[in-house]
Amino acid sequence: MDLFEYQGKQFFARYGMPISDGEIAFTVDEAVAAAERLGTPVMVKAQVHTGGRGKAGGVKFAATIDDVRSHATSILGLDISGHLVGRVWIEKASDIAEEYYASFTLDRSAKKHLGMLSVEGGVEIETVAADNPDAIAKIWIDPVDGLDEAMARDWVGAAGLPEAAVEGTVTILQQLYRAYVEGDADLVEINPLILTSGGRVHVLDAKVTLDANSIFRHAEYAVYDETQTRDERETAAHARGLQYVGLEGSVGVIANGAGLAMSTVDVVNQVGGNSANFLDIGGGANAEVMAGALEVINNDPAVRSIFINIFGGITRGEEVAKGILGALERVDIDAPIVIRLDGTNADEGRAILKPHLSENLQMAPTMLEAARRSVELADSVEEKVL
Amino acid sequence: MSIFIDAETKVVYQGLTGSQGRYYGLLNRDYGTQVVAGTNPRKAGTDVDGIPVYASVAEAVAESGATASCIFIPAPGVRDAVLEAAEGGVQFIVAITEGVPAHDEADLFNRLKRDHPGVQLLGPNCPGIISPGQANIGITAGHIALPGGPVGIVSRSGTLTYQALYELREKGIGCTTCVGIGGDPVPGTSFIDCLRAFEADPETEAVMMIGEIGGSAEEEAAEFIAEHMTKPISAYVAGVTAPPGKKMGHAGAIVSGGRGTAAAKMDALRDAGVRVGLNPTEAGEHMADIVSELTTKRS
Repeated sequence: MDLFEYQGKQFFARYGMPISDGEIAFTVDEAVAAAERLGTPVMVKAQVHTGGRGKAGGVKFAATIDDVRSHATSILGLDISGHLVGRVWIEKASDIAEEYYASFTLDRSAKKHLGMLSVEGGVEIETVAADNPDAIAKIWIDPVDGLDEAMARDWVGAAGLPEAAVEGTVTILQQLYRAYVEGDADLVEINPLILTSGGRVHVLDAKVTLDANSIFRHAEYAVYDETQTRDERETAAHARGLQYVGLEGSVGVIANGAGLAMSTVDVVNQVGGNSANFLDIGGGANAEVMAGALEVINNDPAVRSIFINIFGGITRGEEVAKGILGALERVDIDAPIVIRLDGTNADEGRAILKPHLSENLQMAPTMLEAARRSVELADSVEEKVL
Repeated sequence: MSIFIDAETKVVYQGLTGSQGRYYGLLNRDYGTQVVAGTNPRKAGTDVDGIPVYASVAEAVAESGATASCIFIPAPGVRDAVLEAAEGGVQFIVAITEGVPAHDEADLFNRLKRDHPGVQLLGPNCPGIISPGQANIGITAGHIALPGGPVGIVSRSGTLTYQALYELREKGIGCTTCVGIGGDPVPGTSFIDCLRAFEADPETEAVMMIGEIGGSAEEEAAEFIAEHMTKPISAYVAGVTAPPGKKMGHAGAIVSGGRGTAAAKMDALRDAGVRVGLNPTEAGEHMADIVSELTTKRS
């Protein structure tokens, strides 16, 4: 779960980190009212779940209320890499002397937490890593030990931060680590962490990704789930509890198991087609789950054919076949369907499907063959439409 | 022979009294696994279809001689359940449960390494492990697997593991052990742990490996293969067409910052001498070739 910048800052503030006063605004008038309460100068910042806001014109300095009005007008509704700006964060402008970078994330390879700190903040850390890797001080933290003050101090020393920034940064890093661990975050990043001309260390941006698996111990994260960026199809699938990712193609994919679903998308691509989605219906394949999956796919106007790829493990072929037929009774499907059914009692399952087969409900013996058939069908429907 | 588990392995099921635990625990027993005990502190003294239930793993170990545990506890309790199993004295722990927070997994991995270095954790979020004809711990449909070797399988994905077993069985090729390591960010058992064990297992003559996007486990496996593996390997990596930044079902299956792509993983494996298939069927065909070459060499 990705947090908007302002949500991330509010999250950080709970752990004592210093953030600027600010307010969220959904309209130009709200932005202006917020700026009047805060007092100019302020920053007007687009809230989107993607990077590159500054370059896209989504972050602007406003010296006056008129500036706030004109910037909010241009930023609200702006398209930043496919993300429409629906809200702006208005915050007191800061007086920046220096910009740093700080983050924690899991190093899956080392199986430890990785902290990164750099005096080269304000630019993308990938750029720093490529151009000047020595400018990033890294620390690997054993989750059992955690990060204590002495470790934080050594780390800040290794990063070469100026004396004026040391105390403030040591404190913020410990707070940031606590937020990362106690908050069950996949990533916490401050870029930039600034030193003001007044000599204070201050959090100027916040990027936070939370682990959706940890919701059971963070009931308050339901708020963030509601503000995730999802397209219409993803929202519909999410509501049905399906693992769905929207893609750009025309072959709708339904499979059981994440690996098989990924593999299905790959195979469609290998035979010259493009999948409209990744959809994992999980281990079983009963009529209800299958019907939900078909509804989601059917509502996608880009779908020209549907490839159902099921491998029966514990779930037997007969149950899968009955599930598919039951689902087809419940949902009117526009696009032709190709089924590949394999695994436990596949023959029995195929026998159940056989009397129902038609031009719009086909069966193929292998994954590759089913993929080819789906792509052919999608192409022929496309020609008809044209 | 087999790796990690065999006919002698005695298993305690943590969560045997729950619906999932009961269902798979009994299926595993039907397969032939020595399911010797279950645990549930509130139901100690009862039994599940004749399998005695104890209050803790330590008690189950003392009373039933369990050497391994299988966990069907809901995600919030998995961290404690794994530690209870390790402290209780089992050597091999299979955690089937999905949805365990990554911080719990990272903590568990390091805690086990420090306090219980002899204990091997498989999972969480994995289908389990099967040594066909000997023991099946977890949710794999046992009849898909043909016993007898010579192939060992290690996989990050559940259904693709079944697919691999099935493709081999269709070709008449057996399996020594099939390990599903799961697709989470910090799995207890890695590709390398399994490769090392397969290399040491005299009955395993070749290894089939199934990876997916995200992380760098396949690249690390490739390095290990180049340096340490003498046995031939075929592989498949799922997610060639996965867009960056989108989780493909598994918590670990995500391409981020240009890292963890299927193409990079396949290249690394190919460079290490692995025969890489572009889909599971092709990887199965590569394995069939490998097995027939091994047979020719012997005769």
